[in-house]
Amino acid sequence: MTPVIEATGLTKRFGDFTAVDHVSFRVEPGEVFGFLGPNGAGKTTTMRMIQCVSPKTEGSLRVFGMEVEGREAEIKSQIGVVPQENNLDPDFTVYQNLLVYSRYFDLPRPEAEAVIEELLTFVELTEKRDTPIEKLSGGMKRRLILARALVNRPRLLILDEPTVGLDPQARHLIWERLREIRNRGNTIVLTTHYLEEAERLCDRLVIMDRGGILVEGPPRELVKQHAGTHVVEADDTPQVRACLDRLGARYEPMGEILQAYTDTPRDVTRALVGECQLGHVAARPATLEDVFLRLTGRKLRE
Amino acid sequence: MSNPLGLLALPRLTPRVFHVWQRNRDVFVKTYRVNFLPPFLEPILYLLSLGFGVGSFIPEIAGVSYPEFIAPALISITIMNAGFFECTYASYVRMYYQKTYDAIIATPLTIDEVIVGEILWGATRALINTTIMLPVLFLFGVVDLPWAILVIPFAFVAGLLFASIGMCFTALTPGIDTLNLPTFLFITPMFLFSGTFFPLSLLPAPVQYLAVGLLPLTHVVTVIRSLTLGVPATMLPFSLLWLAVATVLLFLFSVNLMKRRLVV
Ligand SMILES: Nc1ncnc2c1ncn2[C@@H]1O[C@H](COP(=O)(O)OP(=O)(O)OP(=O)(O)O)[C@@H](O)[C@H]1O
Ligand SMILES: [Mg+2]
Repeated sequence: MTPVIEATGLTKRFGDFTAVDHVSFRVEPGEVFGFLGPNGAGKTTTMRMIQCVSPKTEGSLRVFGMEVEGREAEIKSQIGVVPQENNLDPDFTVYQNLLVYSRYFDLPRPEAEAVIEELLTFVELTEKRDTPIEKLSGGMKRRLILARALVNRPRLLILDEPTVGLDPQARHLIWERLREIRNRGNTIVLTTHYLEEAERLCDRLVIMDRGGILVEGPPRELVKQHAGTHVVEADDTPQVRACLDRLGARYEPMGEILQAYTDTPRDVTRALVGECQLGHVAARPATLEDVFLRLTGRKLRE
Repeated sequence: MSNPLGLLALPRLTPRVFHVWQRNRDVFVKTYRVNFLPPFLEPILYLLSLGFGVGSFIPEIAGVSYPEFIAPALISITIMNAGFFECTYASYVRMYYQKTYDAIIATPLTIDEVIVGEILWGATRALINTTIMLPVLFLFGVVDLPWAILVIPFAFVAGLLFASIGMCFTALTPGIDTLNLPTFLFITPMFLFSGTFFPLSLLPAPVQYLAVGLLPLTHVVTVIRSLTLGVPATMLPFSLLWLAVATVLLFLFSVNLMKRRLVV
């Protein structure tokens, strides 16, 4: 099957600055594909190239098998976009926002009305249909944007930080809806800073940093490969370091503590507590966050 | 950037342009009460104070009464303001603060189509305001039918020009505050020195040349005055030609300048 997105050596420069640097990836039909990475990694820039709103500088980018240059309108008519920054139309109500947006896709009025009813139910905003945008909460706005992204019944849904700033309930509702969309056979590409979100939703993901892709794979495998099954945490002292060195464990300092990545947490813990006579030791399952921090470092990005 | 001819590139358009126009029309209709009042009241206020007030000291100007002389200028100024302000402050707010353009270009519409839709809407505002004004002026007995009817379609064309000029400034302005510069340095002088409230011939010759060469409002006033008085001005053919060329050039400039700003 033709991949939904196929990028090869995709590059974006703003003047001298390279925001996306020769990235290559493939998104297959029906999968949920995630882009993770610290602030400024180049996620939004990559999304905007896929959406055909920002021209690439170099490389090849195919969406639905079409090279994007020159086919923008055709591609965009089959994509739904949830942008990072809310851009609902403040001059209109909830319902009008969806109706006006459906016109941009040349949807006939009766069909648009039917789709909009369905979508308002889908995102649980039926009661807010006549509410002006400024009166919506952050979560409602995000849900409305999701509904808006679906008015053209897109084959590919692109979400740039869909759940940013939402409470757990709203976040769970969006996750639920994204799974439903996926189960209908649509393809989803999303970016997120919530690693739990990525772990739950994504079939595959990439971690980006400074414009490049560091790793790619299913979340579980990435954890296993880069962090092992478990993390054992202990105070960062010379004794602990010596002890871990003796055990031959992989470890890294994370602030005041040392984190050891291991598939045999019990052995490591027993060794630390028993042989090395140490108090503060904790073992927990490794997560995507461990992989993320290991690969991208702890330093804050500008 | 290096190719100056890039400024003249033709926009690629589809009928979807109309959806941008529709969006603005829908907002306009929602708030119609505030939108209809100014073009209705403004000519009355100007006619009463300038036309009949100041005008009572002026027995005749260029062969007509003073209110008849300024009536076409009032229409021209309305067209200028409608087109220019719609595509400067209003468009800038939609582009920068409301992110309306960002939302629209995520659909099959291109940035070309968004800008052209905005300019068409600016021209439509000029047409709407003129249509509201004309009957008021007619009731005051200061416009001559039937020629004055042609002012309505002409308002759309002249509106296109001022909307395009506005859009050029929107494309170039660093922020919303700096839009005050073209307003004070370009729109206000035009308002005063385009043969609006006194004949151009009263100005020193060099200033006259400047007004004829560079101020679009001069030519709009010439055309509309010819229509509302029912007497073609000597300069009429030249003014029509000047307006045609300027409208085409500035329309193309505005779309391409906007693309430079927004396609990154
Ligand atoms: N229009 C632009 N002009 C110049 N530089 C830009 C532009 N857009 C983005 N950048 C730069 O490109 C880099 C990548 O930005 P991008 O928005 O893609 O990051 P991101 O991964 O989405 O970050 P975040 O998680 O904060 O949203 C940043 O350094 C940013 O400053
Ligand atoms: Mg981003």
